[in-house]
Amino acid sequence: MNATQSVPGPESNLVPGTKEGWRLEELLIDRIAGLLEGSRHVAAGVSSPIPGSAALLARHLSGGVMRVSVLGSRNLQSFTDGGVEIFDLAAQGRIDAFFLSGGQIDGAGNINLVGIGDYPRQKVRWSGSFGSAYLYYLVPRVILFRLEHTRRTMVEQVDFISGPGSSPDNVYRQGGPYALITDRCLFAFDRDKQRFRLDSLHPGHTLEEVQENTGFEFDVAQGGSSPLPTTPGPDASRLALIRGEIAAAIADPYPKFATEVLGLEGNLT
Amino acid sequence: MLPIVNAGRDTGYHAPMSGEMIGDVEALAARVPDGAKVALVKTTGGVPMTLVRALIRCGVRGLHLVCVPTGGLAVDLLIGAGCVETLETSAVTLDEFGQAPAFGRAVRAGSLRLLDATCPAVYAGLQAGEKGLPFMPLRGLLGSDVAGNRADWEVIDNPFGDNDPIVCLPAIVPDFSLVHARTADRHGNLYIGDTREVLLMAHAARATLATAETIVDENLLDDDAMRPGVIPNVYVSAIAEAEGGARPLGLPGGYEVDGEHLALYANMARDETGFSEYLDEFVLDRKAAAE
Repeated sequence: MNATQSVPGPESNLVPGTKEGWRLEELLIDRIAGLLEGSRHVAAGVSSPIPGSAALLARHLSGGVMRVSVLGSRNLQSFTDGGVEIFDLAAQGRIDAFFLSGGQIDGAGNINLVGIGDYPRQKVRWSGSFGSAYLYYLVPRVILFRLEHTRRTMVEQVDFISGPGSSPDNVYRQGGPYALITDRCLFAFDRDKQRFRLDSLHPGHTLEEVQENTGFEFDVAQGGSSPLPTTPGPDASRLALIRGEIAAAIADPYPKFATEVLGLEGNLT
Repeated sequence: MLPIVNAGRDTGYHAPMSGEMIGDVEALAARVPDGAKVALVKTTGGVPMTLVRALIRCGVRGLHLVCVPTGGLAVDLLIGAGCVETLETSAVTLDEFGQAPAFGRAVRAGSLRLLDATCPAVYAGLQAGEKGLPFMPLRGLLGSDVAGNRADWEVIDNPFGDNDPIVCLPAIVPDFSLVHARTADRHGNLYIGDTREVLLMAHAARATLATAETIVDENLLDDDAMRPGVIPNVYVSAIAEAEGGARPLGLPGGYEVDGEHLALYANMARDETGFSEYLDEFVLDRKAAAE
């Protein structure tokens, strides 16, 4: 559940009616890269090929200025102090953006990676909180990423708070939720209101459908009758970049993703 | 059980200058008594799987298992085999092979005492342990149900700040850190490379029991390039050779995880009958386990 999403096989998620024929994963990589703009150091957790690819794309677009650390990779991180180093860096303010997910995410930005039902004897138990109960407080831009957007995952109130979306004023908190991106849409998190605002719908999705599939209330950008923006997909040159240079780089930790989703060809070893 | 050679107070830390060579992994496992607090590194860190299987064969019970900072196959096996009473962890997962099935069953049955944590909290507790300190403060955590369910954690006001609550985590001092090293030497030193969480575990524990892929005659500390990746023998109680001792998991600098075997386990362990069959075939049958 730690931003772990199963990746659909080839042929799935081709967005109908677009001549480029980009896949949902490629739209997400492109859009998430946009959310990372201006970050000095982005870290992506294990089992997170889409966020990892997005971070590498953002680094490319920054002209190589941005530092990217892909945990679990040999070549895309330079840690030498073991597993603790990423957490120490975060506490010092040396990590600007990170990704988290949740088996449940609620309208206040609380995330649950532990399970469903009354803790501890829960009827459904997931892996556990990993680093979320810490990084959510310390990394300024936490991007929530979940490829299943249903009432099962987007709930009114989580059953267990691995990390709260916000904290009282006297709690040391340098970070928190920045955006929530799903297979249907993109939300921004309003830290003052402590709730999500729907910013754009992915092509082919509607506001009604998002409301139907979301268990929490949210604001909608641009009130009145003006239509919600559509999340833009990657243009041809961006798509070529994702399928070329980015795919080759992300093949280090995620060879299967690079070949099966981004269509990387050739000998990976 | 452990010889204490200490002119001062008996803190339970094992005797210095040890690193005793033991011929048999079974004998190494037999040193872990019921109820011991035992630390194991995460799946990618070189888990002593041969030793874990031997522990299960010993029939050890009531373990307090500390996952550094997460667990996988080894933890699921120990839980399913009934060896674990308390589980202190940030997560248990078979990664791309799905949720840990025996762990899930034990949670639903209420048969585990759960100490859910977050990764840096496990590290911080061990860091307090290695420094001989009673606790370590850590940011984050406040207002989470992770902290809310840890009666052993305390919130204090930062004594150097003003209205700045911070969580204090008690030291984690395992009775044993169980380690699998790439190389050991005859002096009892262990080469673990850059998996420094294993060094932290060894520092924090009262004793470290280790297996190693190979045991060499030359002193590992003589090689300047290796030296920073060595657990010195002051922390190491006993070592047994176990080639392939992390399999079917991987060993950094050694070999990759056996994905087919992990998939097989994930499939067999979906129900208790299948889990028992897995134990019979791959753990309890010594010959099969040694292959």
